[in-house]
Amino acid sequence: MTPFLALLRRDLKLAFREGSALGTALGFYLIVVAILPLGLGPDLNLLSRIAPGVLWVALLLAALLTLPRMYETDDEDGSLDLLAMGSVPLELIAVAKSLAHWLSTALPLSLMAPVAGILLNLDLRAYPVLIASLLVGTPAISFIGGICAALTLRARRGGLLVALLVLPFYVPTLIFGMSAVDPARPSNGPLDPSFLLLTAISLVSMVIGPLGTAAALRAQLR
Amino acid sequence: MHLVASDLTILRGERAVIPDLSFKVSAGEALILTGANGSGKTTLIRSLAGLLKPSRGTLRLEDGDARRSLAEQCHYVGHRSALKPALTVLENVTFWSQYFADDNHGRLPSSGGAALDSFGLRELSDIPAGYLSAGQKQRAGLARLLLTHRPVWLLDEPTASLDAASQGVLEAVIDRHLLAGGLAVIATHQPLDIVNQFELRLDAAMEDE
Repeated sequence: MTPFLALLRRDLKLAFREGSALGTALGFYLIVVAILPLGLGPDLNLLSRIAPGVLWVALLLAALLTLPRMYETDDEDGSLDLLAMGSVPLELIAVAKSLAHWLSTALPLSLMAPVAGILLNLDLRAYPVLIASLLVGTPAISFIGGICAALTLRARRGGLLVALLVLPFYVPTLIFGMSAVDPARPSNGPLDPSFLLLTAISLVSMVIGPLGTAAALRAQLR
Repeated sequence: MHLVASDLTILRGERAVIPDLSFKVSAGEALILTGANGSGKTTLIRSLAGLLKPSRGTLRLEDGDARRSLAEQCHYVGHRSALKPALTVLENVTFWSQYFADDNHGRLPSSGGAALDSFGLRELSDIPAGYLSAGQKQRAGLARLLLTHRPVWLLDEPTASLDAASQGVLEAVIDRHLLAGGLAVIATHQPLDIVNQFELRLDAAMEDE
């Protein structure tokens, strides 16, 4: 097994065995989506109109909860030092960690979104597009999030700092993500411009993310 | 094979923790770093491991593997055990043997079980690492040394929390490594019973300044 796959597998195993981070994120997602209609009142038309935006914003916030732990535990127990001493470049380590974060957090959250959508009276026809847009858009969360997690690694109260740093960078994903699902607009499926832009943002962040993360880690380690 | 440091200066903040240090360790030798707390033992070892950048001077491994950096030819066992509490001891060790598998140049990495055996951890291999005592964690960390072959061993207080028997095992393991042509840099407060050791007092070097 290559070192890259070994690292990816270990991180997934840890995420599912510890479970608390994923549980918290999923719980947070459902709670936020559930209390929103209570605050807005029982206007079904209003709810289904804002549903895509709410689902996206809640997902970003839920994923944010898990970001600070991405490199923190490895730094605390000394694993990060050893990872850096292997033959794997830091860039690839960053890919493995972000990919593991996506598989263990963003993917379950995306699959949970339709359940949350029921609470918001989301149009049934929007479901396939919703799931597709979340699956295509969420890699940006993990890969851009990796940079910020690495930057705030040894900062005290790093968790709050991550939120401040990373949320502005999630704005493009949010805008195109929700407009891809917008029920007021006829969608062209996968060829919809919003959908294509969402894909582009994810692809770009998958390239920039590991480079930025590796640079940040290098600065922290030295 | 020689590990050579020349005119090494390492700054932490404004203070030169390691001022103008030069030394040479040859294959089969162990350099024992001693000195009071805060004299720079850990700093020096971390810079050898590539985890701290020296402000001046060079570190190199002569006659080593030219395709690998110094850090990639070093095993580092520090104060932190790099064990994941949620994984079993064997899973932890197996992960590191897979992660460092490239060191073996295609040969099969030695099994995690055998490495654990050497440090008497066989019976504990299936329990989560979170349940280990401090000494057992230290032994599990040291077991990493045997997973793959790397010529330079950097050990920071390897005898911390070890009992007498485990310290004996560690000394035997280091001896075998040195006799096989490896070299080691060891920071310690306790005398170690190993072959071919010579001492470098770090606080003495500072007083000269």
